Order: sequence, then structure tokens, then C-alpha cells
Amino acid sequence: MGDSAVLLGQLFNGVSVASILLLAAMGLVLSFGLMHVINMAHGEMLMVGGYLSFLTLKFVHGPAAFLACLLVAFAGAALLGALLELSVVRWLYGRPLDTLLATWGVSLILQQAARSIFGPIGVELTAPAWLNRSFSFTQGWLAGVQLPYIRVFIIVLSAAVLGSVALFIGRSQWGMLLRAVHQDREMAESLGVNTRLVDLLVFALGSGVAGLAGSALALISPVTPTVGQSFIVYAFLVTIVGGLGSLLGTALAALLVGIFSAAVQINFSLSTADVLLLLMVVALIQFRPRGLITRNSRSLSEA
Amino acid sequence: MIRSLNANPSWRHAASVACAAVSLAALASAAEPVKVGVLQSLTGTMAISEVTVKNAEILAIDEINASGGVLGRKLQPVVEDGASDPAMFSQKAQKLIQQDKVVTVFGGWTSASRKAMLPVFERFHNLLWYPVQFEGNECSPNIMYSGAQPNQQILPALDWAKEKGYKRIFLLGSDYVFPRTANLILKKHIVHDGLTVAGEEYVPLGGTDFSAVITKIRQAHPEIIFNTLNGDSNVSFFKQMAATGMPPSKLPVMSFSIAEPEAQAMGPSLVAGSYAAWNYFQTLNNALNKKFIAAYRARFGANSVVDDPMVHGYVDVLIWAAAVKKAGSLDPNAVRKAAVQLAAIDSVMGSIKFAPNQSLVQTAFVGQLDSAGMFKILWQSKQPLMPEPYDALAFPGKTCVIR
Repeated sequence: MGDSAVLLGQLFNGVSVASILLLAAMGLVLSFGLMHVINMAHGEMLMVGGYLSFLTLKFVHGPAAFLACLLVAFAGAALLGALLELSVVRWLYGRPLDTLLATWGVSLILQQAARSIFGPIGVELTAPAWLNRSFSFTQGWLAGVQLPYIRVFIIVLSAAVLGSVALFIGRSQWGMLLRAVHQDREMAESLGVNTRLVDLLVFALGSGVAGLAGSALALISPVTPTVGQSFIVYAFLVTIVGGLGSLLGTALAALLVGIFSAAVQINFSLSTADVLLLLMVVALIQFRPRGLITRNSRSLSEA
Repeated sequence: MIRSLNANPSWRHAASVACAAVSLAALASAAEPVKVGVLQSLTGTMAISEVTVKNAEILAIDEINASGGVLGRKLQPVVEDGASDPAMFSQKAQKLIQQDKVVTVFGGWTSASRKAMLPVFERFHNLLWYPVQFEGNECSPNIMYSGAQPNQQILPALDWAKEKGYKRIFLLGSDYVFPRTANLILKKHIVHDGLTVAGEEYVPLGGTDFSAVITKIRQAHPEIIFNTLNGDSNVSFFKQMAATGMPPSKLPVMSFSIAEPEAQAMGPSLVAGSYAAWNYFQTLNNALNKKFIAAYRARFGANSVVDDPMVHGYVDVLIWAAAVKKAGSLDPNAVRKAAVQLAAIDSVMGSIKFAPNQSLVQTAFVGQLDSAGMFKILWQSKQPLMPEPYDALAFPGKTCVIR
């Protein structure tokens, strides 16, 4: 493998990690940015997505079965998110610490539920045959570079979800209401926007995206009761670096974190790479305490 | 050996009754059951592995009771939950010893749980039977180490790899004490044997991203990977290797933490073709093993899978009972001294006995996973291996002498 091939390979890995982080963080950005709700159960929505895919594959077969998984995981996690919003989050608005504790409790309940239903080791979910291959270059300066279909698929999926969510927020009727609530909750309310319904929708959407992410991530990682925990820390990291509530910022932050880790991981041990990543984030927060992209909205300046 | 010892207590009992030398109170206490502790994680992340070890230990206790118990008394297991938490293991060990007055404890899984219990057993002069393979480097008179020492699992695997002609070995593990110590020992031996360490990488516990690791593996051109990853990380690793076009059939992997239950749960197709080294495989072909599997399935479900740590838990109980009979006493100190003097016994996992350093002399096996998640046994050590808590190359000058 030539140097340029290694470089390109790692760049691809970086973008791949970024797309995974983006998928995991997007739902968090929505609920965090709009509602200032720190949803500790977000990782469990990923987990639920993985298990729903596992169940779907029991009933649906064939090459397109995995696409059905994505849909079921999205819908199922969105429903669960709506339920969580209606039963817990709704009653704790304006009490961020209480919400944090309550959603953490919910995350423990969901983990134990998965453990009781499916067993603690996890379940088997293997990629469909058409995804289990890779582009490999055997000649030229790219010789030795391998691009697994699964990772390409996740990058494409991540970009598609980002685009759809951006379109939804930027162009749709609901998106307009959402932006209004984001900019000034009280003013929106007094203009007749049903903010509670908007909150419910956003929370459900965020959870749904997490479920979808969980389904896609099941292709490359395990489906276990605690799998959400391994993504949640990085998802929060990306959300904070990106700037609260900014989709563009989140995407940029995911790219930064992904490519930075890929670059240091190839030269250092993985544990050292993690340390360097956190140091980089700490340094960045010193200069941009509000993240890469900041928006001046009244609700944010009050917070 | 066990059979001849068996007769001893009943003879003594009969004699004492004949002489009418014992009071009624003494007879009552003789009939009182002997309490033994069973301490595994019944809840939390480790429960999946440890509940089955608890089952195997209970099975052995029942078998001892069915054949008359020890010293004329039945055994009464006191089961406690370590809850996958080392601090809980330490608390529950103390509770078992002080409150329940158990004469010995069977239990523990992670090295962290063992390290947390060790001071408790030393302080109260009790005895712990530890059933899991570990990194060695420990030597306490209050623990019977039945799980493999490094020279009984990882080094035999290296011997096998050498015999098979693998020369470049990549070491991959989770970042905690067992993989670090195992690889420290492996590296010394790989170099000593004239082979090459192609690379060495550690992934944080529970890590799921292997993109950089796989790039490093591809650059290092290893002929085999020695894998000490823990739990879930294995799933990510095998999935991502397969996606990059390197399933175990193309680049062999020798794993030290994947036994039958893990292979079943991960999906046998994912790990089929990979190798593992243990001191017991479910597929071992001997009469005792067939009987053990049948008994376990009759009690805990017809589809149950058994593995190495379960069998260690099972034989620990049998050897304890034999040692009690030999010592004629329940005193932990007398029992541990008797245990190392017992002759080798034929067991589910072949011929075993406790060495003077209180670790188990046992045979090492190498197996290859098939598509059903079972191991085809490919290799076994020429004879049962003497346990070495301190590897001579990695920790020169250190020995484990227990008096």
C-alpha cells in the first residue's frame, strides 16, 4: 500500500466515522437545540432501532429487507420518542437537570427491558449480501484501498437524512413552525403556534432519526442492550462542537471529529487518539465556546 | 480416589453410632447441612456468562448431595448475586463468610471481581474457587485458581500457530488488564520463538469502530490475528473485517474470549472458521462429558450450550468435596492443603489435579468454529500442562509458592 493510498483510505475512514457520528447526533441536535432537553435516553433509541431491525428481518426476507428495517426502525423509534415526550419530557420543561435525570432513568429502563426480552449478549444481525462487499483498487496509485459497501452506504444514508431533515426544517410548513419556536418560543406561542405539538413532533423526529441510525449502525456494530452507550458520548461531543441546534454545525463537527480521529488513530494507539481528540475539542471550545456555528436567537441568548 | 474416600465418613458414622459415643446434640449438628457460597453475577452485563456457571456449580452440588454429601452432611448452597460489580462481589463475599458462615465460596468471573474479593478471603481465612481463565500474575493461598493460567491457554495457542507455520502475528485486544498482560507474555514468547509481532493494537472497552485498526492490520500483513477483544467489540471487529473482504477464512483469527455461547449469540456465520483455545470444548468426546451435558440439559433446558468456565465451576465443586473427604474437615486451610495432595482425577475436561501453587493442571485444546457455532477440535497439548502463574520470560525471578 502506497502512502497516498493509506492517506486516501484514512480520509475515507474519517468520512465514514463522521457519517456515523452525524447519524447518531442528528436527533440529539433537534431535541437539544429546540427544546433544551438533554435526552440521556437518546442512545437507547439507537439500540431500539437495532432491535427493531432484528425483528423485522425475522418477518421480511429478500434483498430489500434491509430497507424495510430502516423504515420500521424509524417509525418504531419515533413512536417510542413521542411516548417518552408525552409521558416524561413534557412534564419537566424548564427543569433541565430533572429532565436529564428522568431520561437517564428511562435509558436504564430501556436497557434492562432489552436485556430481559432479548438476553444480555445481543442478537445477530448481518448485512445483506449485496452490502457485504467492497470496492477494491488493485492497480495504480490507489492500489490497496478498500471501500466497503456498508460504509459507503452509511455515508450516503447519512447525507440523505441530513438533506431530508434540512429540507423539512427549511421548506415545509411544520419546519417553519419549528423555526419560529426555535427563535422565540413565547412569541410563537402568542401568535397561535401550538408549541407543545411542535415539541412533540421534533422529539419524535429526533428519536426516529436515532432509530434509523441504530438500524444502519447494526451493520457494523453489535446489537446489544448497551450499544447506545458507546455512541452517546461522541454524539454529545459532536453536538457541542457543532453549536447547539445547528444542523450545518453538527455536520461540520462530525466531519472534523471523524477526520481528526482517523488521522491520529493511524499514528497513535486508539486510547491515545481518544485523548488527543478530547484535547482538541477542549481547545476548540476555548475559542468557540458556543460551537462552530452559532445562531443568535433570543432563546439562546437567554440560556 | 474419590470412591475410596467416599466410604470414610459413613464408616466413621456407623462406628460412632455403634459405640454410642456421641450425644444427641452432636448427631443433630452432624445432620445439619454444610453451607457453601455460590457468588456469580445474576444481573448486569456479566449475567449471561455467569448465570450458566452458577447453574453448573449448583448441578455439581446436587450431584454431591445425591451421593450422600460430605462428612455425612448434605450441602446447602447459598447463592448470591455479584451484579457485575466488583464492589458488590467484595460485599457479598463478606456477607457469605460472616453472616451465612459458608465454609467455602465458588465464584467470580472478571479479574476485577477476583481482585476485589481477594482481600476478603485473605482477611477471613476462607477459600475461593475461581473458574475463569485469566492473566495469571497472582498467587494467594486463599484462592484456588482453576481457570487457565496464560501458559495453559494463550501459549499453547502460540505453539499451535507455530506448528501450523504462521510467522507474522498481529495482537489485538480490548484495553484492560487481561489483553495487556496476555500480549506482554505473548510478545516475549513470539520473539523468543523467532516469530514476528506484526503489530499490536488495543481498542477501548466496548469500542465499536475498527476502521483505523483494520487499516493498520492491512498494512502489517499478518498471517494470523491473536484476538483478546472482549464481548461486543468482537461483533464489530468481525463484521467490519468481513466488510473489508477479510473474513476469518481469508485472515485467520485466534480468539481467547469467544466460547460456544458467545459464538451462538454473535451469529455462527460471522465467526465461522475462526479459532479458539480453551481447556474444554462442548465437542470433547468422552463419556463423562456426555453425561455432564445430558445432566445439564435435563436440568436447565434441552438446547443449553456449555463452555469452559462452566465446566471449571463444575469440577471445582467436585474437587472441593473430594478434598473435604481427604482432609476429614471443612476447615478452609485443611481443605486447600488436601486439595493439592489429591491424585489426578479423570474429569469432563480430561485428567486434572491441583498443583502445589493451587492452580489447576489441565490440557489445552485448539478448536475451529463451524457454521453451527460449535468447535471442531484440531489440536491438544501432549499432556496436561503444569500451571505457571508467573511467566518465566515476562516476569523472570517471580514464583508462586504457597504453604
